[in-house]
Amino acid sequence: MQITSPAFKANARQAMADADLQRALGNVERGFIEKRAKAVAKMPEFEELRDSARDIKNHTLAYLDLYLEAYETRVTEAGGKVHWAADAAEARNIILDICKSVEARRVTKGKSMISEEIELNPALEAAGHEVVETDLGEYIIQLRGEHPSHIIAPAVHVNKDQVEADFRRVHTNLPADRNLDEPETLLAEARGILREKFLSADVGITGANFLVAETGTSIIVTNEGNGDLTQILPRIHVVIASLEKIVPTLEDVSQILRVLARSATGQEFSVYTTLSTGPKHPGDPDGPEEYHVVLLDNGRSAMLGSEFEEMLRCIRCGACMNHCPVYHAVGGHAYGWVYPGPMGSVLTPSLVGVDKGGQLPNASTFCGRCESVCPMRIPLPKMMRHWREREFERHLSPATVRWGLGAWAFAAKRPRLYQFVTGLAARGMALAARNKGRFGWLPLAGGWTKYRDLPAPQGQTFQQMWAKRSRRA
Amino acid sequence: MSSRETILATIRRSLGANAGDRTRAATVASRLAEAPKGLIPARGQLPDDKRIQLFARMLEDVSATVERVADAGDVPQRLAKFLKGHNLPPQIVRGEDALLAGLPWDKAKTLEVKVGRADGSETVGLSRAFGGVAETGTLMLASGPENPTTVNFLPEVHVVAIRAEDIAGDYETVFARLRKAYGKGKMPRTFNLVTGASRSADIEQTLLLGAHGPRRLHVMIVG
Repeated sequence: MQITSPAFKANARQAMADADLQRALGNVERGFIEKRAKAVAKMPEFEELRDSARDIKNHTLAYLDLYLEAYETRVTEAGGKVHWAADAAEARNIILDICKSVEARRVTKGKSMISEEIELNPALEAAGHEVVETDLGEYIIQLRGEHPSHIIAPAVHVNKDQVEADFRRVHTNLPADRNLDEPETLLAEARGILREKFLSADVGITGANFLVAETGTSIIVTNEGNGDLTQILPRIHVVIASLEKIVPTLEDVSQILRVLARSATGQEFSVYTTLSTGPKHPGDPDGPEEYHVVLLDNGRSAMLGSEFEEMLRCIRCGACMNHCPVYHAVGGHAYGWVYPGPMGSVLTPSLVGVDKGGQLPNASTFCGRCESVCPMRIPLPKMMRHWREREFERHLSPATVRWGLGAWAFAAKRPRLYQFVTGLAARGMALAARNKGRFGWLPLAGGWTKYRDLPAPQGQTFQQMWAKRSRRA
Repeated sequence: MSSRETILATIRRSLGANAGDRTRAATVASRLAEAPKGLIPARGQLPDDKRIQLFARMLEDVSATVERVADAGDVPQRLAKFLKGHNLPPQIVRGEDALLAGLPWDKAKTLEVKVGRADGSETVGLSRAFGGVAETGTLMLASGPENPTTVNFLPEVHVVAIRAEDIAGDYETVFARLRKAYGKGKMPRTFNLVTGASRSADIEQTLLLGAHGPRRLHVMIVG
């Protein structure tokens, strides 16, 4: 997909003017936050579990090479195969070769953000395979020719009436006068259509929430059961996962699962957590005959040891975007690539470069809600600041920003000058706004005053007030 | 150099680690061998009767139905009654599980029992769970001829029998049992953790039951 992250500002303006999108985004703010809060309140040990989950991932990342080797050994022992992919193109080619090996006609897919990252669907289609997304949200956006706008609720930007229109447009073999008023009937229609696809697929591709080194197991966490039908019915099961999904043992997975669903959907536990290991055993009446894991790097190994290493703890729950005021306002597509919201603002520059993703770390109010809800305690605002620094160092920020920051830095490094200038400005601004107490327009601050007033200073700077207080005490 | 080697080399360089470092290797080996437990929430450590109560309550919270069957011999009749009560056809598909195979099926004469995998034509599947977890009302099912995975997902209604003694407080206890049953580092092809019936909230974040898997989950606690 074309990366439109550099056009974030234009994307955001467009998103805010999109009435359908704004209607749909209301569901994010209303639903997710309350559900998570309730689930967390029911688990008194939640904060300790977050610490535990963080520590497990930190440990794993420190020994990532060894855990990956151990994992690969187990997968091989179980009769599966691990394919290492350095980048997106290599991952695509591996999967294309597997599909070609069985002359796959139909390929079903469970939800996977890595599949989006490597742009798998267009490649499969170009090679002549029919690709069917089976997660309801993914299916809806596939019909619409769109990309996910949320990492766990891909169609969160779409309203029910839009889904109805898409189903009528595409499912033309069904009676045109059928009633699709209720979401239940939409779901039933999708279930019926996708059931046929599941039963006739040649290859099933799923993502993975976790890879377990102890057993060579891949794990998917879903509510619909589509991931399960995708992987148990076709002859071949392909797992596509990035390499930081690894955890040491089943005990470690148990810890992280305790924070995943609660943070994501506010469920105590997702409906289906499925552990898959190798192909079917001799005598098994069902399950795939071949099991492949494509392990994707695509820039992650270089994040280790950098100030962005902690991002590799991310378990893709979506809590950061669910709680982000910027995401609430503009939705996921405005971010311009695969990963939206705060986690995307950190990850996108890491994976596609700060020259393309540098706008995103600036799309933050630094309110800190993302970090406060992150089950893995990833310091997202801190890392966005690191990206801003890098952007500045590489002279990628606009000239006005650079000039402004330069002027501020010059004064800030000279305390007397700084106090003099700010004191003058506070007095001057208080005087200028003495009638209204606020500014409706200010030179150089049009970006602010165009949308809201700026409260006027009261006449003294913070430092002056502080000094006065100290003298009094 | 293959991508495997490149990736591993980049990781080691980023971490400042050496490939032959014995201390690192020993740390990883012992973590994998010992599999230390983390924090188990208090609600995962309840005594027997309270544990089973919590298991049932958590399942009911996610719209599953639960019944207690004191005598395993009553399962066929109770199952027939459940199907009748919900206007479901008296036909089920199940695997070769010893507990299920040993039930007195002749006591429920109207019930038609197909043994094997599901193919999508069946309305009701019956499985026996390997274990249960009270903490979240989670059933754990191991694949194989005893309990084919297709039985868990293709039928509209999934009925799961679980022995009361197989209900643990936490996930870790069942994983430890799994290790004993299959051997350290070995797994059944598919191990399903099931907590409720299939659902989706992908249309306007409204929760609907019966997405792609079973629309209804019924659990029989035996013993």
